[in-house]
Amino acid sequence: MSLEETVYTVFLGLLFLYCVLAAGKAVDPVFAFHATIGAIASAAGVFLIVRSFIDRDGHVEPAEINGKPNYNLGPVKFASIAAMFWGIAGFSVGIWIALELAYPALNLGLPWTTFGRLRPLHTSAVIFAFGGNVLLATSFYVVQRTSRARMPGLVTPWFVILGYNVFIVIAGTGYLLGVTQSKEYAEPEWYADLWLTIVWVAYLMVFLATLWRRKEPHIYVANWFYLAFIVTIAMLHIVNNAAVPVSVFGSKSYVVWAGVQDAMVQWWYGHNAVGFFLTAGFLAIMYYFVPKRANRPVYSYRLSIIHFWALIFLYIWAGPHHLHYTALPEWASTLGMVFSVMLWMPSWGGMINGLMTLSGAWDKLRTDPVLRLLVVSVAFYGMSTFEGPLMSVKAVNSLSHYTDWTIGHVHSGALGWVGYVSFGALYCMVPWIWGKRDVYSLKLVDWHFWISTLGIVLYITSMWVSGIMQGLMWRAYTELGFLQYSFVETVEAMHPYYVIRALGGILFLTGAVIMAVNLYLTIRHGEAEKPAADVALAPAE
Amino acid sequence: MGLMQKHVVFERNSIVLLIGILIVVAIGGLVEIVPLFYLKSTIETVTGMRPYSPLELAGRNIFIREGCYLCHSQMIRPMRDEIERYGHFSLAAESQYDHPFQWGSKRTGPDLARVGGKYSDDWHVAHLVDPRSVVPASVMPAYPFLKEMPLKAALIAEDMKTLRLQGVPYTDEDIANAEADLKAQVNPDGMTEGLVARYPKTVVRDFDGNPNKLTEMDALVAYLQMLGTLVDFSTYDDKANLR
Repeated sequence: MSLEETVYTVFLGLLFLYCVLAAGKAVDPVFAFHATIGAIASAAGVFLIVRSFIDRDGHVEPAEINGKPNYNLGPVKFASIAAMFWGIAGFSVGIWIALELAYPALNLGLPWTTFGRLRPLHTSAVIFAFGGNVLLATSFYVVQRTSRARMPGLVTPWFVILGYNVFIVIAGTGYLLGVTQSKEYAEPEWYADLWLTIVWVAYLMVFLATLWRRKEPHIYVANWFYLAFIVTIAMLHIVNNAAVPVSVFGSKSYVVWAGVQDAMVQWWYGHNAVGFFLTAGFLAIMYYFVPKRANRPVYSYRLSIIHFWALIFLYIWAGPHHLHYTALPEWASTLGMVFSVMLWMPSWGGMINGLMTLSGAWDKLRTDPVLRLLVVSVAFYGMSTFEGPLMSVKAVNSLSHYTDWTIGHVHSGALGWVGYVSFGALYCMVPWIWGKRDVYSLKLVDWHFWISTLGIVLYITSMWVSGIMQGLMWRAYTELGFLQYSFVETVEAMHPYYVIRALGGILFLTGAVIMAVNLYLTIRHGEAEKPAADVALAPAE
Repeated sequence: MGLMQKHVVFERNSIVLLIGILIVVAIGGLVEIVPLFYLKSTIETVTGMRPYSPLELAGRNIFIREGCYLCHSQMIRPMRDEIERYGHFSLAAESQYDHPFQWGSKRTGPDLARVGGKYSDDWHVAHLVDPRSVVPASVMPAYPFLKEMPLKAALIAEDMKTLRLQGVPYTDEDIANAEADLKAQVNPDGMTEGLVARYPKTVVRDFDGNPNKLTEMDALVAYLQMLGTLVDFSTYDDKANLR
């Protein structure tokens, strides 16, 4: 066995023993259940390592075959399929909770189907399960291609992908069973957080080690963004989730931060989960897949540099705009607002860099729906990153905060930007990694695009109307100087918009189901790629 | 152009790039977070604030478990309509013992920062069991199971010990009496002097209307009924914590 295989076997073996012990000594049933999952997963890990060791019989996949890099695509394939699966699951839960707000009887009166438990399931499933698997798949693909080197490690790449998905399962089942830290987008409890930290360190190591093997002198711009995403998420995750468990055999913990400090740490984390998970990571996708699909170089190299450093520097400051007019000191809130407005510039710099990459290839938008998805995603990115600074202005925020306007804003970014750039990347990458010429049906991609776009439009506009309307109703006065509406009257007024929003979600899900079918057909029945002609590569510059 | 050429050092060396990223992303957080541990306005002391009683703490944990914070904020902003609707704006000190904070980010339902004492226990129980029985247009989920679920009280002292590690001023006496205090708070006929001395303004009642059983409903209603009641704003000195 190689050192790597031995280390993982020993580590997972010890973890198995701890999990068995923990399942026996657990002080609450959910912890026992999660310890059992942990025991099964680590035992399966040991089994897979040993089996692959026996199967490979001393043979190690070569780094190169005939002078060409022999890319490690297994983990990329797994994460691509996982992304599609979690995406559909996450969108479905989103529709369910949207309908719960319109028709509360759908909460069913059961603990595990109430809005309060399903909402974190929805957000985690779409952000971390769908988005996370897209980021893992594309980063492992892009870093290998742009380094022209095989990702090192017999076990580690698989450990990262499978370990991450085990984290998702533990987090998701925990929410349903009432295990949560109540920190938005950081709900999983201490043991899930610790596990994710281990997986994340392995992820960083694989990523860096692949860069170290690169045949190109320069690190490609997409990899700067992936690296910033990986490193910053690690920092945010560790600080925001610092907690002390009540018992090492129980699920409950208390976060070390309290009150106003906790609020600031939470939104420093929360806004940069948006900034680094949902923006920097997906900008990396833009910087690789848009030029590849359009067959044009990135518009401006200098703009990329400015975009990168300005974006990561400014984003970190924007968190306090979630806390305007709260007990957070005003100077912090003002800093958050000022930096959020400044952030508009690098955001649009990045958008321009993405869109202008199509210079000379705009005609492809008519014929290539995959490129259209990618380009529209960048347009949605531009729109959301304009709306965000607008909402961070205190006067606007005093109206928009606590309303559905925020929900609409998040979804224009999440569905339009993150969703579409992910769909575009998967439509490109799935045929490439399975050795197919293109997706099975471009016609179906076209259908996906239009149905989903209609869904997004319904979603965003209904939330704009309901959010602004509710904000105005809360502050409306009669001519005698009394508050005009009771709270529940404002709730009643939301009903039609909640129905329209759910309809928008259903259309978006329909698009994703069409996509899943299309990708399945691509993998199973797609036309195989012709072997590449032996073209001599022209030297750069 | 000279500056852009110097950027090559980041592009050619992954560790330099990594360190550069770490430095650049660390600055904003340090500037915004660290002062909050020192400034008078964020570590103010306000008369009346005390740690949660054991029953209130158990109720708060149920509030968190059910994800109530996803639809109910606990942070009243200093605007005319909010103050008229919900009461005095929230102070930093009012969440000083909240690990983690429960300010929330969305009001699908109303703010709860000062809901304590506004409704009767009966109303809360009826509302939690079937929200539409008392508020016909409500979209809140029903929580009938809270009334049936016995409250797990045996480990509450462990929770308080963990919080004490993090700076919540529970005394040895508080921890030694944790389980007894928890049970005393739902039993108005029993001995409650110790409980009330340790946790001033604690309300002692059989919250869920079922004296034979200590349920999760008892704990959650006890928590809701104390929210925002600790600070007496008729005597609150809003100048005391100015720099």
